[in-house]
Amino acid sequence: MSVSGRLAVSAPLLLAAQGVLAQSRYNFQPPVTSVAEQIYDLHTLMLIICLVIFILVFGAMFWSILKHRRSRGAVAANFHENTTVEVVWTVIPFLILIGMAWPATKAVINMKDTSEPDITIKATGYQWKWGYDYLQGEGEGIRFLSSLSTPREQIEGRADKGEHYLLEVDNPVVVPVGKKIRVLTTANDVIHSWWVPALGVKQDSIPGFIRDAWFRAETEGVYRGVCAELCGRDHGFMPIEVHVVSQEAYSDWVATQVAMRATAAEDDEREWTPDELAERGAGLYGTHCAACHQPDGKGIPPAFPALDGSEVATGDVTEMLKVIVHGRPGTAMAAFGAQLSDAEIAAVSTWVRNAWSNEAGDTVQPADVAAARDR
Amino acid sequence: MAAVTPDQLHDHHHGPTGLMRWITTTNHKDIGTMYMIFSFVMFLAGGVMALMIRAELFQPGLQVVEPEFFNQLTTLHGLVMVFGAIMPAFVGFANWQIPLMIGASDMAFARMNNWSFWLLPPAAILLVSSFFVPGGATAAGWTLYPPLSIQMGMGMDMAIFAVHIMGISSIMGAINIIVTVLNMRAPGMTMMKMPLFCWTWLITAYLLIAVMPVLAGAVTMLLTDRHFGTSFFNAAGGGDPILYQHIFWFFGHPEVYIMILPAFGIVSQIIPTFARKPLFGYASMVYATSSIAILSFIVWAHHMFTTGMPVVGQLFFMYATMLIAVPTGVKVFNWVATMWRGSMTFETPMLWATGFIFVFTMGGFTGLICAIAPIDIQIHDTYYVVAHFHYVLVAGSLFSLYAGAYYWLPKWTGRMPDERFGKLHFWSSLIFFNITFFPMHFLGLAGMQRRVPDYALQFTDFNQMATVGAIGFGLSQLIFLVVVIKAARGGGEKASARAWESAEGLEWTVPSPAPHHTFEVAPVLK
Repeated sequence: MSVSGRLAVSAPLLLAAQGVLAQSRYNFQPPVTSVAEQIYDLHTLMLIICLVIFILVFGAMFWSILKHRRSRGAVAANFHENTTVEVVWTVIPFLILIGMAWPATKAVINMKDTSEPDITIKATGYQWKWGYDYLQGEGEGIRFLSSLSTPREQIEGRADKGEHYLLEVDNPVVVPVGKKIRVLTTANDVIHSWWVPALGVKQDSIPGFIRDAWFRAETEGVYRGVCAELCGRDHGFMPIEVHVVSQEAYSDWVATQVAMRATAAEDDEREWTPDELAERGAGLYGTHCAACHQPDGKGIPPAFPALDGSEVATGDVTEMLKVIVHGRPGTAMAAFGAQLSDAEIAAVSTWVRNAWSNEAGDTVQPADVAAARDR
Repeated sequence: MAAVTPDQLHDHHHGPTGLMRWITTTNHKDIGTMYMIFSFVMFLAGGVMALMIRAELFQPGLQVVEPEFFNQLTTLHGLVMVFGAIMPAFVGFANWQIPLMIGASDMAFARMNNWSFWLLPPAAILLVSSFFVPGGATAAGWTLYPPLSIQMGMGMDMAIFAVHIMGISSIMGAINIIVTVLNMRAPGMTMMKMPLFCWTWLITAYLLIAVMPVLAGAVTMLLTDRHFGTSFFNAAGGGDPILYQHIFWFFGHPEVYIMILPAFGIVSQIIPTFARKPLFGYASMVYATSSIAILSFIVWAHHMFTTGMPVVGQLFFMYATMLIAVPTGVKVFNWVATMWRGSMTFETPMLWATGFIFVFTMGGFTGLICAIAPIDIQIHDTYYVVAHFHYVLVAGSLFSLYAGAYYWLPKWTGRMPDERFGKLHFWSSLIFFNITFFPMHFLGLAGMQRRVPDYALQFTDFNQMATVGAIGFGLSQLIFLVVVIKAARGGGEKASARAWESAEGLEWTVPSPAPHHTFEVAPVLK
């Protein structure tokens, strides 16, 4: 559709879309929770009220513009105040406001009621991915990181963009349908905001503090959201994907996750060969490091230093692990000790020490990382 | 000699000429002119940044700029437009018009006036040149929220210093305006006879004095957190990142009224002139302006609904915010009532003023929708909010500035503005403005967040529309430059003292262009 055509149809469509819950490009996403539905209805109510006022006020203004102009022979009246009229148009808006505030108050109270959840999940914002910990309810103990899975080639225009471009992740959040899910939000570095429009949840995640919100999804499906608070260079690249599944599918998912955790624990215990470490490390570097330090290891100095030829990356292993595990406070270098397992940090460190022009020639084992955690 | 008035005696400026004239001037008209030129230069600089933002957003994917630089552009676009373009432009209007409108010979503190202006260029240089230092300009958003702003490079320190300097400039300007308005009115001009533009600026000046120190405090705390080991906003050291937001928005919300109240004043001068009818409800306009100013201090946390505050907090800030609709509504009703049964003509200033009412009110409606806390939680930090505040800041503040510029240009230059170009400027601005910002409402509702260089595919066509509109809007602003240069160089129809047929007020009793010194003997109002 042409630009002008779009402009011409957009206004009537905005009105036509009301009450129709199909995915609309002119309105909120179709709500799947009671909170989202309340918000949707409130917005519709507000639009109608505003539209009526709009027609009345601008009807009067445009009537005046058309009729009361000198070119039509209008002679100016000289009135300039009328107490009755002025009181009326102060009081009536006030009453309209009360009419708006009533349903809005009910919605606020409903949104804030996070009591008695079936499942509690903590969402932690990192620059630039989400970490999830299932804290209570079925699936307790599950924890994983969730990063953008859209390939870099699509973002840079070297490949066709997929259907869910920028709205897809490697590890989605999975929750059962019809259960009350309480989301605790916090962050590791800067303020992020956990937002899934269809669920009616947007809650800032603040480093050092815990906030909460809740949702009970009534329909199975995949719901996509994004980080809503500016959090640095890749703010636009840390989406959220929530899979609402049946109770049985959820139980299966929990079982798989528990099994995977057992494998991960074994990985931390054993010795790895240099090839194993390099292979796993290359993938991890792409997911966790390349956004700042760049795929070629050159970084974007001074904010994001180069790793290629870096003294830290090729020098003393203990010093390097200290930076990776504990981060560098006051800079964008996050503490990856909380995000990655011993085996993962070992793999990515080994890979970086021997990538590009780096020739440390050694390997880092999970046991080294475990030791670094205590320093 | 008896026939020579003091005005004619001092028609010419005696003092340094050339560059030194402008550096050393204490004349309110010279300083007003410099403020306006400065603000237009900054407006173009901020506009170039906006166009780079829109160029990147023309299609999904990263094409034009890197994400880090994109964030620098959005941040500096905001800071430059707010502190460099809109605020100084209104101060320029105050400098030129307030003494002329109240019959004073100059501003109360003429030397301080010079300094308030000359602080601005260094601040602007600090801001704009921060793009070229290592790490680039600050990329934390114009709100400079920590902890993100703590991570920034030295561009952030330059921005903090620039904000300090501009704050000092604003406070001095505000003191000057308050003292001028309170002490230097012509005999017989009581407060309630004062032109509404002076009233709105008086109230704005009080807001400035109240909140600019608050902003200075907030950014100073950022500075000490960054360099001197304090932890005001660092939870690990016992601080709270949200504290910054409370302090910032305690400044920030009055700030948005600082940028719109003088606009209300300008429009309230223009509508009666071209409706040929006195302003309806003068007294209620004054009371509404004061109410808006007072309410602006108790609504700040509506910018923070998603930070998570208690139910009672959310409800309080929601109710208080909704209340602002009442005095704002009164103003719009008064303007429409002023037009009602008038004898209207639509010269360029009136077109802009009418356009202002129409488009600003649309921003008012979306403001009311944003005030409803549950809806705000859904649309906070989305393009809906971007649309909302551009409707009130561009279609509000900027359109009123244009209305005022076309209205008073005859007084400033002695020439009538070119009507053909003026009308072209208005219509192309109005149309391109709506093409740019109206689709952003849809983008925000459908789920596109702000401050991102890339977006999901379903947002493509509205973004393309916005980019096309933005280019048109940007180019339209050059028409204004043509109009002003033409008038300033003495082109076009000569303006009489009362340039517009039924313009009222003391500024229309002095010749056009206004001589260098005016009202050395105060006029007496009957």
